[in-house]
Amino acid sequence: MALGVKPVKTLTGSIAFLAIAFLVMAPVAVLLARVENSAGIGPAGWAAVRFTVMQAGLSALISIALAVPVARALARRQFRGRALMLSLIGAPFILPALVAVFGLLAIWGRSGVVSQALAWLGLPVLDIYGLPGVLLAHVFFNLPLATRLLLQGWSAVPAEQFRLLAQLGATPRDTFHLIERPILRATLPGAFLVIFLFCIGSFAVVLALGGGPGATTVELAIYQALRFSFDLPAAAMLAMVQLALALGVTLVALVVARPAGFGAGALRVQQRWDDAPWARRLDAGLLVTLALFLGLPLLAVLGRGLTGAWPDGLAWALGRSVAVALSSTVLALALGLSLASLIDARRGPVGKGLETLTYLVLAASPFVIGTGLFIILNPYISPARMALPVTVLVNAALTVPIALRVFLPALARTRTRTARLADGLGIAGMARLRYVVWPEMRAEIGFFAGLAAALSMGDLGVITLFAPPDLETLPLLMSRLMGSYRMEQAATVGLVLVAGSFALFWAFDKGGAHGRNTRQA
Amino acid sequence: MKKLLIAAALCTPLGALAQTPPELVVYTYDSFVADWGPGPQIKAAFEQTCDCTLTFVSAGDGAALLARLRLEGGHSDADVLLGLDSTLAFSARESGLFAPHTGFAPGTVPPFPWDDDTFLPYDWGYFAFVYDKTRLETPPHSFEELAASDLKIIIQDPRSSSPGLGLLMWIKAAYSRSDQVWESLAPHIVTVTKSWSESYGMFLEGEADMVLSYSTSPAYHRIAEGDDTKAAALFDEGHMMQIEVGAILAGSDQPELAAQFLSFMTGEAAQTILPTTNWMYPVRDVPLPEGFDDGQFDNVTQLMVDGTVPDLPAQAVAEWLLVLSR
Repeated sequence: MALGVKPVKTLTGSIAFLAIAFLVMAPVAVLLARVENSAGIGPAGWAAVRFTVMQAGLSALISIALAVPVARALARRQFRGRALMLSLIGAPFILPALVAVFGLLAIWGRSGVVSQALAWLGLPVLDIYGLPGVLLAHVFFNLPLATRLLLQGWSAVPAEQFRLLAQLGATPRDTFHLIERPILRATLPGAFLVIFLFCIGSFAVVLALGGGPGATTVELAIYQALRFSFDLPAAAMLAMVQLALALGVTLVALVVARPAGFGAGALRVQQRWDDAPWARRLDAGLLVTLALFLGLPLLAVLGRGLTGAWPDGLAWALGRSVAVALSSTVLALALGLSLASLIDARRGPVGKGLETLTYLVLAASPFVIGTGLFIILNPYISPARMALPVTVLVNAALTVPIALRVFLPALARTRTRTARLADGLGIAGMARLRYVVWPEMRAEIGFFAGLAAALSMGDLGVITLFAPPDLETLPLLMSRLMGSYRMEQAATVGLVLVAGSFALFWAFDKGGAHGRNTRQA
Repeated sequence: MKKLLIAAALCTPLGALAQTPPELVVYTYDSFVADWGPGPQIKAAFEQTCDCTLTFVSAGDGAALLARLRLEGGHSDADVLLGLDSTLAFSARESGLFAPHTGFAPGTVPPFPWDDDTFLPYDWGYFAFVYDKTRLETPPHSFEELAASDLKIIIQDPRSSSPGLGLLMWIKAAYSRSDQVWESLAPHIVTVTKSWSESYGMFLEGEADMVLSYSTSPAYHRIAEGDDTKAAALFDEGHMMQIEVGAILAGSDQPELAAQFLSFMTGEAAQTILPTTNWMYPVRDVPLPEGFDDGQFDNVTQLMVDGTVPDLPAQAVAEWLLVLSR
């Protein structure tokens, strides 16, 4: 590697790492200082901790238990609409949480489709507020994720292995023991921990579907401490508890399973020879059920959104949301690319260490960072005025772990293909970005930019702590409309929000992939 | 481009403030500013008496409004707060956020004794559980009957909502072992919402049999919608009275206008608007529309908050949290 290149990479990468570390550490330090003169989190706080861990564990267990048969069905069946099915499985990841809740209520709520059918049959209606609703929403988000993670494991098995087993006259039982059990053993713990981590940070779902003090997560309790009682010490204490929880789980996850590559692998079909008619019917039933489970709430959002009412301030909220999404995407790209380049340049223990440190630092939840920033800003400037910049900053920082998972494999590939030549020619700085990195990595950059934009657009998190009553982004507007039960208007906002998120993802992803016909990540 | 967009987004709330006639900013609860609420009519009526712009900003129910103001500290744009009640006023007085008012409008004498110099009442009512007569034929007549039934109720979070806190005080006033009452009620609670509007909307959509609201809520359905299916259940224990109050912010940049508005809220024009928009009893003797009151609550036992224990609301909330998080 030429000497002229390394300092630049190292400099921007180091700045990115320090910026992220500062953004997280400063609030955490402020919170630690507050915690000393606080009187503990009280019985209600402990109830929130228990509920957080319980719902996250149950959500992860149910998601992966259901994902095993579903992933197997997808792995071994070729059918028309399989590509559509794979897209449907990707959709919940960028679906704004509130929109999903809205769709789920339309299907599973007390006055939803299922309850109406039950009432018509003379059966008691469903009551999903509290734990059942939280689990339902979390499974809706994470069953597809778990399916995808398992499917990647299945697709990695060489087709020859299945053929060999068939030639040896193996029964489905043998296939399970020899191939499938090792796959599951390798992928399930990682999938469980990823989902567990997502669910302990759950806020919007619990805000909308939680059933009072008995169904409150720590993140929600932080929000209540700040927004209901303005109890800064209690909020700080809860934030530290949440940080400890997230750090613990992240550490376990890093020990048990290195973060998997992120993105669209080649999820090809495995031809199998151990088929049976009952297995085919079972798989068909499973896949139809999954399609309905994921598709019906989305259709409900579409249906109610198209017939809904147009609320005041929707255009402004859309403008703000797009501005927040684009700003945080630019920032996330800058942070993610610089940091990934630094880690890639410092291969070996230093690079691995930096990567691990980044994951650990960003285990801090948006509410932990948000609470700390609030306390820092409050004496100097109205936090309400900083609502949008803070949202941009936090959203960008929190997508950096995804950036690393997308960019690191791509950088490794670039290294083997063109980096040596570029080094030899002394191409560095912006020119290197323009002529070497961009052509080689445009698909990954587009894919990540799409994810970052969609996630930022749909996020209802830190902004709820800061926003004044008259400043709304789309998720906040939707939350406030649902809060005052103006459901027809909320439906329209939900549709605009989901259309905006998907459009941003699609535009970036297609823009990046344009001119290339392969994408590996 | 990015900077422009951020600048555009940031300027929105500021742009609204940069208008020429003086602007009075009133923080209040969601249902007050709804199309069917008192907000639009009050705004029109008050703007006729002043050369000013009246802006309502809705920020959740009573306690959330108070937390909002504490959160904003000295940075708040608010001049007046409407929507605390007599229970919340206990803790609000200590906050130092409010300035003294200038008294009721001439000729207004509330139907209850009042000598507070910070908070001024503008309407009142009784907390009650509202139900649909077509879906529930025999409503419970006490908390005990409710606990023994298989009915589902929706209530509000006492940490954010004044009716939510009112229910806690109601049970505290009626029972010495309020924790046991909550234990027996817990299985009947479908969900606990942040604000009154959210729960009432859910009740109307059929998400529960009863909702914590006001004795006057059925009047809204009778008069505004010609719908006589809603009723409030009369409880033998008696009913807690809610007196809704407003106050002037000490940090207001329009203190005179703020005082004028608060007094206006107790005058004849506003008091005539409130019963059929906010659906509460007036604090001034104004004629009520026919069918407003079905007489059911005429001889009700009035329960009052025990004013000798200043941290009673805080105790009640702690107890409620403890029981419901089990």
